[in-house]
Amino acid sequence: MTSDQGERNSLYGPLADVSGDAGYAEGHPPRVGFFTDTSVCIGCKACEVACKEWNGLPEPDADALLLTGMSYDNTGALGSNSWRHVAFVEQTLPAQGATALPGGTPDPSGLDSPLISEIADGGTTRWLMSSDVCKHCTHAGCLDVCPTGALVRTEFGTVIVQPDVCNGCAYCVSACPYGVIDRREGDGRAWKCTMCYDRLRGGLEPACSTACPTDSIQFGPLDELRAVAEGRLADLHAAGHSEARLYGADPADGVGGTGAFFLLLDEPEVYGLPPDPVVPTRDLASAWRWAGGAAAVLAAGVAVAFAGSPWSGKQS
Amino acid sequence: MTEQLQVPPADFQSYYGQPILKVPRWKEPHLPLYLFLGGLSGASAAMGAAAAAAGNAGLARAGRLTSAGASLGGTAFLIAELGRPERFLHMLRVAKPTSPMSMGSWLLAAHSGLAGAAAATEVTGRLPAIGTAAGVGSAVTGPLLATYTGVLLSNTAVPGWREARRELPLLFAGSAMASAAAAGLAGTALDAGAERGPAIRLAVLGAALELAAVSRLEHRPGLAGEPYREGSAGQALRAARWLTPAGGAVALAAGRSRIAAVAAAGLLTGGALATRFGVFRAGVASAADPKYVVASQRPVTDGPAGG
Repeated sequence: MTSDQGERNSLYGPLADVSGDAGYAEGHPPRVGFFTDTSVCIGCKACEVACKEWNGLPEPDADALLLTGMSYDNTGALGSNSWRHVAFVEQTLPAQGATALPGGTPDPSGLDSPLISEIADGGTTRWLMSSDVCKHCTHAGCLDVCPTGALVRTEFGTVIVQPDVCNGCAYCVSACPYGVIDRREGDGRAWKCTMCYDRLRGGLEPACSTACPTDSIQFGPLDELRAVAEGRLADLHAAGHSEARLYGADPADGVGGTGAFFLLLDEPEVYGLPPDPVVPTRDLASAWRWAGGAAAVLAAGVAVAFAGSPWSGKQS
Repeated sequence: MTEQLQVPPADFQSYYGQPILKVPRWKEPHLPLYLFLGGLSGASAAMGAAAAAAGNAGLARAGRLTSAGASLGGTAFLIAELGRPERFLHMLRVAKPTSPMSMGSWLLAAHSGLAGAAAATEVTGRLPAIGTAAGVGSAVTGPLLATYTGVLLSNTAVPGWREARRELPLLFAGSAMASAAAAGLAGTALDAGAERGPAIRLAVLGAALELAAVSRLEHRPGLAGEPYREGSAGQALRAARWLTPAGGAVALAAGRSRIAAVAAAGLLTGGALATRFGVFRAGVASAADPKYVVASQRPVTDGPAGG
């Protein structure tokens, strides 16, 4: 149907129209996404709260309410019951770093603890805060491997689980290169961010981006968000923040670019993100060729075993 | 330790050491046993059909019965693995080429039916022509059932499995051959005059292939092979590296000794089980530690190559 990009890239590589590739007719809505600009995140967790409230996510188990010791992050990670997760990274930078950062302020106290004394040497502390979410990949590993058809691409280009179809096989959990989707304890099915599919259908924007007070989470058509992000990146680079980089905005990356992408101020793994994720399906054909070859080896081995007789099997 | 494959500790950054990936939710013993039983069923079907064609009644019977029983057992573990077992049939809602589990479900359904029919005619002695046809059919589905699980595991984000997509199918093929041979050796042990030669040859071939593939995984340099060498995965695979060749060696005496046949069957089965648990655990370990994820995605510049 929609082969306007000239070549089919259904399994890997850039894909101009994800919904069209999934079978939606011409005239479907534009692909939408999130641009999470972590340089203006203040770590308020309004996104987490709004998400849980709107989607009616279950309370965590009592023992999950313990403090993690990971700065202000007591959510820990994305999971079946946490579809937004605000990461908090506290970094102490040496003085010669020439990387005074947004929000980074020299500590004047000069107290005699290792951390403070380093700061007294002229270094700075910086906070990295980032609201993580399902990436709604162009080539989504979870969607590719789902054996029941529970995971589907929506007309908005997002990826959702149909709870009435999912049988909890958990293949999607291992196929997600970002560690996002998870099976819910006690429920048995897989759950993740829907980008508030119900709100999108009703013409609203998702709860998290609506609640975000600093516009760190921006929602809109993906093309527009990418342009906004390029502009923001250029501004930050011009201001000397050479460490700023976009994550997930490149349609040529291992997942064909993500529907939810980020502006980060450090390496992805510092935020708990994979540095160069690849959709498993990229190597599926190769894997099947090896399995087919191995099956042929097995069959040949059996044939050889019954053909020759280098070792006597007879009872002597 | 004679090998010096240990990597010098590299300085990986992470988010409080938290996993980047979700650790597989598949559990023990379900998934390793599913891998084992699928392999056993698949290779046994091929052995049964080949034995029937060669006129070896003892191995034909052992192969057919083992194939049917193992496919049922494997299916049971697959269902028990689901978060919603009552929705097992949703697996057959669609046929989806991008999902190895979808392809595997259809393959398992077809294979179980064929193997079951072949076993039923074997037991009842009725409709032998249909039994032969079903047996031949299961000899086609069987090898694929035994090796597709390599695709199942490698088509994930789990570094220890992803990077082993070449080795895993061959590993499972060899292990399945050894397992089927073990079934043939044990299944004919009560029959003093049984012709066990083909099963012995299959045991030796399978054990050699399994051993070669396991060694290749363990000897991958640096962090790629580390999950296969360390922890409980390393323990299981070291056990397999003793059990499997021992089983192959003892099998050589199984033509003359029924005790040797049973002992070889036990050793080979133990080796195949240890291999499956080891491979499963290596994948889990590689997903649990963010350093494996980062190392597999970012070229290591300071070159901590293994010895």
